[in-house]
Amino acid sequence: MTTSSQTDPRSWTVRLRNRLARTVPPGQLLPDRQPAYVKSWIYVFGVACLAALIYVIASGLVLMIKGSLWWHTSSFGHFVNSTHLWSVELFFMFMVIHLWGKFFMAAWRGRRALTWITGAVAFIGSIGAAFTGYLSQTNFDSQWISTQAKDGLNSVGIGAVFNVLDTGQMLLWHVMLLPLILGFLVVAHVVLVRRHGVVPPFDAVPPNGQLVAPIASSVGLHSRTGTPVPTESAQR
Amino acid sequence: MSRAPRMRRRDQTPDSHLFPTQPYDLVKEFVIAVVVVGLLVGLRAALFSSPETKAISLKSWAQAAPADVVATATAELAGTSTSASYGPPYNHAAPGQKLGPLALQKWVGVRTPINSANDLVISPLRSVSGDPSLTKALAAWDGSSNDQQTTWSGHYADALAAVSDGNPAKVAKGDYGPVPTLSARYLTLAGSGSLEGLLTTSSTFYGGNQTRPLLLLADGAYLEDRARADHLGGDQWGMMNETGSYPGQPWMWLYTFWYQVAPFSTSGNADALVWGLMATLTLVFIFLPFIPGLRSLPRLLRVHRLIWRNS
Repeated sequence: MTTSSQTDPRSWTVRLRNRLARTVPPGQLLPDRQPAYVKSWIYVFGVACLAALIYVIASGLVLMIKGSLWWHTSSFGHFVNSTHLWSVELFFMFMVIHLWGKFFMAAWRGRRALTWITGAVAFIGSIGAAFTGYLSQTNFDSQWISTQAKDGLNSVGIGAVFNVLDTGQMLLWHVMLLPLILGFLVVAHVVLVRRHGVVPPFDAVPPNGQLVAPIASSVGLHSRTGTPVPTESAQR
Repeated sequence: MSRAPRMRRRDQTPDSHLFPTQPYDLVKEFVIAVVVVGLLVGLRAALFSSPETKAISLKSWAQAAPADVVATATAELAGTSTSASYGPPYNHAAPGQKLGPLALQKWVGVRTPINSANDLVISPLRSVSGDPSLTKALAAWDGSSNDQQTTWSGHYADALAAVSDGNPAKVAKGDYGPVPTLSARYLTLAGSGSLEGLLTTSSTFYGGNQTRPLLLLADGAYLEDRARADHLGGDQWGMMNETGSYPGQPWMWLYTFWYQVAPFSTSGNADALVWGLMATLTLVFIFLPFIPGLRSLPRLLRVHRLIWRNS
């Protein structure tokens, strides 16, 4: 048996670690400083979305643990259901404000198109998740919404595989499939935000006049030419 | 004719890490957001609760609107109900809607087969025992041709529609075959509270699929009457509303909007057209960063000056 302090570059583990470090280098995941232009209330709404999502998930987990009919017969269950409803309403409100803010900033600039796309798809996915939630309530709203929605879905062939009248199918989509997809999108979105940082104002030029986006290496940030880029800590 | 060379503007946005920085406590911001949002959610849940209008049971339907149950059962037998004449994915009674030349509804085919007369009315009635007149009526139904069944049912549906309140007792005498007995016993079956089970668990112990009872309920007028009274109709922006004075799904406003205006509000293919339009708009929304003109709107609108005041 041999021991060595050096890592094997062929190791899958090392490769994955390096890949993760390149994606979001240390210091960029949870930076303690932000560019000076980040000083508007609009930036709060991204975090507000995540905060509301925590309550959506937490209240949804309680409803899931107790079963789909529990909230009809328990006053505490009804309160948890109300928490679920209002956290969803706030989640959407924050998301819409966040979205408009990012639109007016053209926040897709500077190689951030994928950040916009993951956010947009997460927004669409959230509408689907909320919709299946309404179908899973097992009350009058569920009856009416499902019987109306079937026509739209059937008209383009989706209803053949996504049957809104099948309560069991809708409940599983709501508590399992869509949260999984949404969770992945939200994590990807946040990672991309942290990786690329907050988009600068239009036509803003950094003090050193440098425009080229840096590429992060496993040991820190480097420009495309290999020149070390000052880290946020170094810029204090 | 020469063409001017196309000027291609490259994205010159500098990297955000090259700008001067200021202290920013992300974790503190997140914790404060969680606390504030938690208070907002808890307060709203405590003050406003959430809508809970109980589901319509087929028993309550039979008690509240017996004439509607009889009329619906008759329409199922006549093949004139919404589900009986729907088309894919339930049956081949109609081609379904088209999106321009695309007959998507027809192309996917019948994936949830429903024979409205047999699955929603006749099969549940066969489970009833100890009723000689029903047994005789079912035998007469089974022994007649499809045309005869349709004729009997159609005449009885017309006769029901001719009386003011749809009361079967006031229907003029005519050749309706076994249909009056079948529909009357169907009302009794619904009123007994056992119809849901017969529609959902007739072929399986576990009943998690409500397709049949929901199609039946939607074929009647009672569900829609209740919904319209609660401002949930399609022409009442109902797709984004919910019962009571709750906010519903305001994020569905654009989807709902198209149903209120021509040509969608008057088209027989409204659902397919609205879905096609919304799918297109969704793709535009997702791929906005790559669409020339649209992606430049934020720079032209200059709303960003409210965000970056000193820039």
